[in-house]
Amino acid sequence: MKSGKKIPRTQPPEQKPEVRRHNFQEVSLGYTPAMAQLEASRCIQCKKPKCMIGCPVRVHIPEFIDLVAQGKFLEAAEKIKESNSLPGITGRVCPQEDQCEKHCVVGIKGEPLAIGKLERFVADFERLHKSGDSLIQTQPTGKRIAIIGAGPAGLTAAGDLAKMGHEVVIFEALHQPGGVLFYGIPQFRLPKDVVEAEIDYLRKLGVEIKVNYVIGQIKSLDELMKEEGFHAVFIGTGAGLPHFLDIPGENLNGVYSANEFLTRVNLMHAWEFPRFDTPIHPHKVIAVVGGGNTALDAARTALRLPTTEKVIVLYRRSREEMPARQEEIQHAEEEGIDFQFLTAPFEFRGKNGWLSQIACYRMALGKPDASDRRRPERIPDSEFEVKADAVIIALGSGVNPLIAKSAEDLQTDSKGHIELADEDINVTSKPGVFAGGDIVTGAATVISAMGAGKKAAQGIHEYVMKGNH
Amino acid sequence: MYTILEKENLAPRVFRYIIQAPDIAKKARPGQFVIIRLDETGERFPITISDMDSNSGTLTVYVQAIGKSSLEMSELHDGDSILDVVGPLGNASEIAKFGTVVLVGGGFGIAAIHPIARALTEAGNHTLSILGARTAELVLLEDAMRKVSSEVCIVTNDGSSGSEGLVTDVLLQKIKEGIPIDRVIAIGPLVMMKSVADLTRSYNIKTTVSLNPIMIDGTGMCGACRVTVGNQMKFACVDGPEFDGHEVDFESLFNRLNSYVSEEYEARQRYIQDTQDKEPCRLEASSQTVSSS
Repeated sequence: MKSGKKIPRTQPPEQKPEVRRHNFQEVSLGYTPAMAQLEASRCIQCKKPKCMIGCPVRVHIPEFIDLVAQGKFLEAAEKIKESNSLPGITGRVCPQEDQCEKHCVVGIKGEPLAIGKLERFVADFERLHKSGDSLIQTQPTGKRIAIIGAGPAGLTAAGDLAKMGHEVVIFEALHQPGGVLFYGIPQFRLPKDVVEAEIDYLRKLGVEIKVNYVIGQIKSLDELMKEEGFHAVFIGTGAGLPHFLDIPGENLNGVYSANEFLTRVNLMHAWEFPRFDTPIHPHKVIAVVGGGNTALDAARTALRLPTTEKVIVLYRRSREEMPARQEEIQHAEEEGIDFQFLTAPFEFRGKNGWLSQIACYRMALGKPDASDRRRPERIPDSEFEVKADAVIIALGSGVNPLIAKSAEDLQTDSKGHIELADEDINVTSKPGVFAGGDIVTGAATVISAMGAGKKAAQGIHEYVMKGNH
Repeated sequence: MYTILEKENLAPRVFRYIIQAPDIAKKARPGQFVIIRLDETGERFPITISDMDSNSGTLTVYVQAIGKSSLEMSELHDGDSILDVVGPLGNASEIAKFGTVVLVGGGFGIAAIHPIARALTEAGNHTLSILGARTAELVLLEDAMRKVSSEVCIVTNDGSSGSEGLVTDVLLQKIKEGIPIDRVIAIGPLVMMKSVADLTRSYNIKTTVSLNPIMIDGTGMCGACRVTVGNQMKFACVDGPEFDGHEVDFESLFNRLNSYVSEEYEARQRYIQDTQDKEPCRLEASSQTVSSS
């Protein structure tokens, strides 16, 4: 099974664009067992697997793929879960093309192994076929760890710490654990039953999740450690308030941040109004400003709402500079999203308090800027209007101020991100307090937050096991 | 789950709830709010905390049954549960010794101003509370406000209690009497807060208002509650809910508060229809009285 270089990469079937643009079901239908085995047989089982270098949570990739090739799917799932508690999630939302698959040796002369698709297959197979969990048995350490925020960073840290035998309690501000996996990433890219199942796995590991707990407001870090008896705390509160453009007209009705738009639809089920109480206004032409994954999630979500006739993405650079994953751009194009590249809004114009037009400039690309992407520059006299009755601004987010405000001895940078005292173990300036994910780095990816959660879990383990805590 | 220990109907469509929420009660301070979600299909909506008791572990909130969620909440009774109560959210009111403070409470806003009046009086201020409502039966908490204020003036639109007119009439009269006013705190309908701010601006009296824009998460994530204050974008959930009334752009807030009027109407009508199908005529009376407030 180790000589299959000539077999082409297996593409899993997808819902047809004209069908899926009207529903919220997942785009990719995933591998069948036979497809997974065929794809896994392409792995050449490198002795020094480069793919693992590209994985922020160090999944034992060749080993799990070998198990898939042998048809041992449940064993493959166990193998992944040794290092990654959330494979159904990462198999779907990791940018594998920039991580594991980028380093795959098979990819040098052909197409790399579809590691992400295989991971997803294994996770789904286990979820649908496994009865009862053979959980990793651990010796209780008697140490209590508080995790703030049940998003990718917090869930990863919680899973790892529980597997080390610690008692873990997650405090989540929303009524639903999952963070951006729930309120941000839409159903058609990450089904919520997958997220629920992986959170349930953490509960089976012994992790307790308390929802409706806004740490910083209801309890301070000191109270958690001094009164509630936690030996260490991990802060993974994620992204904060959304960035806006700071242009005229942003308070018109029909202007949303991506966070608001996606939260209404994904978390609060606005697309099922009036069965669910939270509404979203029935818009016809929706513009999205931005070029990242969140912008495309918002655009494709907007397209799926029943009254939407057209969705336009306005991006100030060109297609090549878009930070979104290729796969997402391609899916969006197939679904009929209209991309207006080299376009930057400078004013939202309205009628009777509602957005009606977006005034934009055409842009040209100049010299590369700090991000190594060519800087967009305004073309003089290029003003034009885009007609739209809603606009979703997806330009990233700032920092949530609540925790830092409640802990003066926690050092933050000028923008409010929590500063790390040691980046190898994600420890902050405050003893016993660790942090990771967007609250440290600013808006980034799910997997980088998970990588940070993993590093912090190791740091916390070493810290609490040193004793005296 | 959060249990309702006590529910009382204080005025037409106005209810008081005492809710078991020990951790929130321990931390809550005047001026803060909670977000409530009644059930799995419910929306998240903010409500000001009107009282808190850390000994009994309870919060007191007032709800005016106008929209679908508040109508639904008005059907809950002692012993029933609320699925989600999150808080305390927002910043607490600034409590200090200012001197003479005028507290203007309009209608339902009186419930929100009550704990602030108490804290300011305890802090040694001379507190003058001006309580306004459409009509006498809507003047909430009159006795309670008398207990926590140095002075109370009542004003109703129809003159059925206290003087006839608007809260701003009384405020202007007090200003003209030459009482040195160090600060005004106004909580009530947006129009009222704007009128108070417009009045005090010309007399240069610092005025705080408490804003209640549309909110979803209420914890500094979604950005729905943005308001323009002093030409800057602020978020009521983490920067507020109290702001300098002279700096608030009320016009854009009016506009944004109206963005879901048709959906709110639809949800409400459906709810009333569904409830009537089950229990004929029960809510019809209250639906007909819902109008300006």
